[in-house]
Amino acid sequence: MSLYDGKKVILIGDRDGIPAPAMEECLKNTTAEVVFATTECFV
Amino acid sequence: MFPSLRAASYVLVHAPDMVIHNGSTQVVERTVNPESEYLKALPNHLRTFEEVVAYAPNQVYIGNMKPEELREIKEPWFDKPVASASADGPMGRIFEERLLIGLIKACDAFDLVLLEESFTEEVQPDIEALNLPEKYKKLKSGVEIERIQSEIEDRHAEPLVTGGKVVGCVKRAHDIDPNLDSHVILENLVVKATGVLSGLELLKKYDIDPLSIPYVIECSEEAAGDMNQRGGGNFAKSIAEIIGADNATGSDTRGFCAAPMHAIVKACALVKAGVYENVLVLAGGATAKLGMNGKDHLKKDLPILEDVLGGFALLITENDGVHPIFRTDLIGRHTVGTGSSPQAVMTSLITGPLDKAGLKITDIDVYSVEMQNPDVTKPAGAGDVANANYKMIAALAVMRKEIERAQINDFVRTHGLPGWAPTQGHIPSGVPYVGHALQSFLNGDIEKAMIVGKGSLFLARMTNLFDGVSIIMEKNPGVAEEAGVSKDDIRKMLSEALRDFAASLGE
Repeated sequence: MSLYDGKKVILIGDRDGIPAPAMEECLKNTTAEVVFATTECFV
Repeated sequence: MFPSLRAASYVLVHAPDMVIHNGSTQVVERTVNPESEYLKALPNHLRTFEEVVAYAPNQVYIGNMKPEELREIKEPWFDKPVASASADGPMGRIFEERLLIGLIKACDAFDLVLLEESFTEEVQPDIEALNLPEKYKKLKSGVEIERIQSEIEDRHAEPLVTGGKVVGCVKRAHDIDPNLDSHVILENLVVKATGVLSGLELLKKYDIDPLSIPYVIECSEEAAGDMNQRGGGNFAKSIAEIIGADNATGSDTRGFCAAPMHAIVKACALVKAGVYENVLVLAGGATAKLGMNGKDHLKKDLPILEDVLGGFALLITENDGVHPIFRTDLIGRHTVGTGSSPQAVMTSLITGPLDKAGLKITDIDVYSVEMQNPDVTKPAGAGDVANANYKMIAALAVMRKEIERAQINDFVRTHGLPGWAPTQGHIPSGVPYVGHALQSFLNGDIEKAMIVGKGSLFLARMTNLFDGVSIIMEKNPGVAEEAGVSKDDIRKMLSEALRDFAASLGE
């Protein structure tokens, strides 16, 4: 059982770090529900 | 033959009053929380022109210091002024806000800018001292301050402030069209004027005749247009006009922070294809980004470090056998199908072109990535952006077994640089090192560099994708472009040879 199973998840990614779509990809094998995902540019 | 980089210039404009009045963080704060403590405290945290000049990253930007020298100064850098600092450097110059406001008037083709009478007289000598064509050196007469106040209070004009005083205004160019309101016109005139300064510095520092430039590509992040064509353009030609490039036309290239890299690739292609002998790539600065992280800086009792507008200009020419070349066959691209994982991004931008050339990651002497100044980004929680990018390249080298995991920090130090560029979006993205690279190639200090730019396309809400482009620069192998031999030339040579032969028979 994953830490994220059954959880609702908000993802905030960083373009020069880990973007949100990459994090979403990592959660695909869990039952987590991504309720909001965005990638921000901090520069 | 690959195109050469002939010249590179870099300018900064210290714009403390524009931080207060035009930076988007401050504009938003004034709208949602006009009595905020942040807005009250802000004026006490602005730096003087002298402090901005003595700031080590700014000295690196205009070429008075090498990027590597920043390593010798312990971070943060803002409280360690450079004793020998100068506003003038080998690659460019740091200008004052008042000169920019004067130049905005000189760049105003539609009488949208009004300057106060005495301010006009004060700034006139500074404008005359620029290497502008004569016809742009004389500012139109100023107007009374009451007229300016009336335009601001009654007709939605945007104030022009410097030294804490209203010295002029920018009028809206249309009563209804939001694309031509005074805020947009001011932002666009600042892009134009800082682009002009970048172009003028390039012409001056490298003794380039503006009439020799056939094409200009402008690659900042603003849009010029009206309600029927919001991004119609064209900054490039408007800048070419003011710098006296009478034989040039041009166009704008957009792609958020990646636009300069796209522009470089396009310029190289135009030169290599023989369409133009040279192409001037340039960009002005972004008023919106002034003081962008100001709230975080003030929370930590730091000065507002995002107090400069940036600009740059690069002249890409036919191969002259001397200046460094752009390897147009070795370009990295983040494509639609690349994906967004850091590994996929770095593979497409870094190892894609290297593999094509049979090179290892360690074969590139210097990588230029997102060269944001960590003094600005670390207190704002964004970390050391340049360093993070170098670590990703190093991690890729570990995965490819080109270096050991324990060598990551060594790799960052030997193939990377500390960041020094202001957070002006497109300004720090790969291009700040191009001018330093030009000198290092000519000095024989480096053989190969890779310039990498990334852009956050998702900010425009048209796609979730971001973007990236890279290109390898190399020391010029020393063979100049030779003019081709035409059919007429061959015919002439043959007829001369036959004539000589016939003459020899008759002897």
